[in-house]
Amino acid sequence: MSETLPHEGGVILPGGPGEAMSVEIRDGGLVTQEMNLNIGPQHPATHGVLRVVIDLDGEVIVRARPVIGYMHRGFEKLAEARDYRQIIALVNRHDWLSAFCNELGVALAVERLMELEVPERAQWIRVLMSEWNRILNHLMFIGSFGLELGAITPVFFSFREREDIQSFLESATGGRLHFTYTRVGGLKEDLPAGFLDASRQMAATMRSRNDEYRQLLLGNEIFQARTKGVGALAPDVAVDYGVTGPTLHATGVAEDVRLSEPYCVYDELDVKVPVRTNGDSYDRFVVLLDRIDASLDLIEQVHEGLPAGPVNRKMPKTVKAPEGATYVRTENPLGQGGYYLVSDGGKTPWRMRMRTPSFSNIQMVPELLEGSLLSDMIAILGSVYFVVGDVDR
Amino acid sequence: MAAPSLPGSGLLKGLGLTFKTMLSPATTAQYPHVKPELPPRTRGVIALMEENCTVCMLCAKECPDWCIYIDSSKETVPVEGGRTRTRNVLDRFAIDFALCMYCGICVEVCPFDALFWSPEFEYAEYDIRELTHEKERLREWMDTVPPPPPLEEGAVPPAEIEAGIAAARKEAEEAVAKAKAAAEGGGEPEAEGPQIDEELFARLVAEGTPERAARAKAKAAFVKAQKRREREQGGDQ
Amino acid sequence: MATSVFALEPLWLALLLQALAALLLFLIGAVVVGYLEHKVLAHMQDRLGPMEAIWHGIGQLPADGLKFLQKEDIIPTAADRWVFALAPAVAVVPGVVVIAVLPFGPGLWLTDLDAGIFFALAASGVTVLGTLMAGWSSANKFSLMGGLRGAAQLISYELPLVLAAAAIVIQAGTLSLPGIVEAQHGFTLFGVPMIYGIPHIIGLGLFFVAALAELSRPPFDMPIADSELIAGHMTEYTGMRYAFFMLSEYAGMVILSALATVLFLGGWYPWPGVGLPEGAAGMVLGFVITFAKILVLSAIMVWLRATFPRMREDQLQRLSWSVLIPLGLLNIVLVATAKVWF
Ligand code: SF4
Ligand code: SF4
Repeated sequence: MSETLPHEGGVILPGGPGEAMSVEIRDGGLVTQEMNLNIGPQHPATHGVLRVVIDLDGEVIVRARPVIGYMHRGFEKLAEARDYRQIIALVNRHDWLSAFCNELGVALAVERLMELEVPERAQWIRVLMSEWNRILNHLMFIGSFGLELGAITPVFFSFREREDIQSFLESATGGRLHFTYTRVGGLKEDLPAGFLDASRQMAATMRSRNDEYRQLLLGNEIFQARTKGVGALAPDVAVDYGVTGPTLHATGVAEDVRLSEPYCVYDELDVKVPVRTNGDSYDRFVVLLDRIDASLDLIEQVHEGLPAGPVNRKMPKTVKAPEGATYVRTENPLGQGGYYLVSDGGKTPWRMRMRTPSFSNIQMVPELLEGSLLSDMIAILGSVYFVVGDVDR
Repeated sequence: MAAPSLPGSGLLKGLGLTFKTMLSPATTAQYPHVKPELPPRTRGVIALMEENCTVCMLCAKECPDWCIYIDSSKETVPVEGGRTRTRNVLDRFAIDFALCMYCGICVEVCPFDALFWSPEFEYAEYDIRELTHEKERLREWMDTVPPPPPLEEGAVPPAEIEAGIAAARKEAEEAVAKAKAAAEGGGEPEAEGPQIDEELFARLVAEGTPERAARAKAKAAFVKAQKRREREQGGDQ
Repeated sequence: MATSVFALEPLWLALLLQALAALLLFLIGAVVVGYLEHKVLAHMQDRLGPMEAIWHGIGQLPADGLKFLQKEDIIPTAADRWVFALAPAVAVVPGVVVIAVLPFGPGLWLTDLDAGIFFALAASGVTVLGTLMAGWSSANKFSLMGGLRGAAQLISYELPLVLAAAAIVIQAGTLSLPGIVEAQHGFTLFGVPMIYGIPHIIGLGLFFVAALAELSRPPFDMPIADSELIAGHMTEYTGMRYAFFMLSEYAGMVILSALATVLFLGGWYPWPGVGLPEGAAGMVLGFVITFAKILVLSAIMVWLRATFPRMREDQLQRLSWSVLIPLGLLNIVLVATAKVWF
């Protein structure tokens, strides 16, 4: 690019002000110039404040570089000055779409350090909540992916379902997005009467609604043309970048913490991990839909098997994790969450490090973007599932 | 998914679905005209039962973003018989809802059941400064606090609440016994009675109010009555 | 054949009335179609759409217009001021001009040009100049890309549009729009009175698809593609200027639907062979019928918008050049053969 950007006549031209634009022909073709384009930090495709700097040759992306950090809120540092109850309220918030799964991860880490046995019923309810949270999360991405491709209806449908699910989750947790329902040693309180009925009913509705999404998008030829073969991710690249969750499953790797390192009562349940093989946007989307069905299966198993009993154990007034360190992995909706907790025995952690799935996912994005079309960028960014808050923390 | 059939059939399927949706009634709520039904646990706004607050400052200390402002002063209460007692008086209790992150920690830590969640949510303001609500407003919200919902099948109510209810029952029985004894003896009931309004408690429980809520209400009523009594006594002198 | 009701004396009165009528039709058409889009889209998405303004939100668009009026008119510092300011007008004017040749009922047209159909198609093609000007002058890369995409799209889709119309011209034997309606009125297929749209189903399809692309309506809204280009050429526009672009889009829907109505759906006659009463009653009835047909076509456009994702730039170019245009040529050959045959 030229050193100074002339702002005459609107568009930046080669040559500078006053000079005529020359057309150069070399090797039998028109010589073109790359254009540098900032996608974001405020841009509809980045859902959040992510910035992607891309160099365009016509409509083809030559280089792409995600710039993160616009939403850095210092969660990890803040956690060092907050006690465990407060941390649970905090980790609700960095990935606002996986609130429950995050609070669960923190609680599990503290419980492991304290060597606490959590009551059976609490563990089952934790699974139930995690799976509903997973569905909530996936619905969000199903809707927004359609929106990014220009189909404006799916987002309304998926928010309709989200509303319904949130309503009954609210009856148990008091929150619609930030549940703050987990406590070290169990849960805040037991489910209110009628919750399981609502949950059963919603599970049935959700199944039929999930078919509606398939009907609306999957079969659609335009949708297929926009997504099939677009942004295909190779399994080894995915593994190298530490990509997890649905994005990884779409490449054919079935790594899932719920299977490989089960927490709560996942080992007693029949966890299905839907896998596709192409790794393109289409497969990533299909995996999302299939994961909703798999989560519904789990939810139904919890409905069947939920034992009676307390959901809490007696805890000291201030929770103090004994000295030591632990690393807990959970399968969050977007991929693997890791919680590395170092405690010096005080009531706040000495260090709290979080591994978030979105970070790895966004890290891999240049691999997919380079060489694709600008319009495909939307299909790729929309299907490499990430939440900016989860990237920046 | 079925094998791909005619080209364009996918497009038509989608068209069918949107058409079907158009003919079915919409699910959206016409909000200002139709108010939502919120479950009792909804974290809408924090209500303060001023009578219960002992100014222990726990809530302000535990709040992750320190948005509870409490001022208090000591007051000497002359008691009949010459000895004086001091007690904490709540001068200011304010929550800045612009800062509050609705985590519920304050409600949870309050050891005296002075803070409650209410599903009330319509308190938006045009100016962020007006979101700091003082104790008078917080007290008003107390009227909107619903009783806690009954628990799902298979749930075990927490031990301390069970114990609390049992203790309350015992106390109540003792009080009744004492009152009876006193009535029989013709004497006055002793000063340090049970800390809840027995009558109200019994009535509420009979009405089907969950015991915890009933207890809280009864306690509030009692404390209120006591304060009134104290004030009257103070005014007499 | 009927003459225009606007063929009045003196001339200045006729001109004044014509100009007024064109503007009024333009505005009313755009507003009605805009409202239709709001409502149909909303119901397809399981919601109600505007409900507050007057009754069921019918006052929404006028209210929006008032709001736009009050908005600050921002011209970016780096923008090419004159081109930037002119672009919305360039987008709107062709719409008003085309209205002049569209027949909305028996005698209800402003002027009957001999080459009406080509005038309409050519003039409506000017709209894209507005797009291009806006994209160029905004000094915004997103706008520029939107403008260029818009121009490329117009060039590819003007062709199938004209080809589809040409087949009808061959069939009807006239280029005048009222002439086509009258010719269609007398058209029979194996003795059964029939609208052109049925034997010319390919042409109708072509015309409709190309019209969508001309208007940059979904699934051909790559130039605007709000999730990647923010709002394409309109990104930098605010207030009334932005409203002009929206107006021209809705008016474009009216115009192309009206053209399709004339070419394929029998114009103001309920069905070929079924006449209308004479005089004013016939005019009103004709107007209602025409407008109903326009609304149905517009509703279908909205329906497509509610359902489909947008096509990628290269895909829609390929669709035009390798599917629609050959199909259009084939269609002309077929029609011409059939015309000579029968
Ligand atoms: S809800 Fe949380 S943030 Fe709000 S006042 Fe209570 S403790 Fe503070
Ligand atoms: S914790 Fe409860 S009693 Fe203590 S100051 Fe806060 S509201 Fe008052």
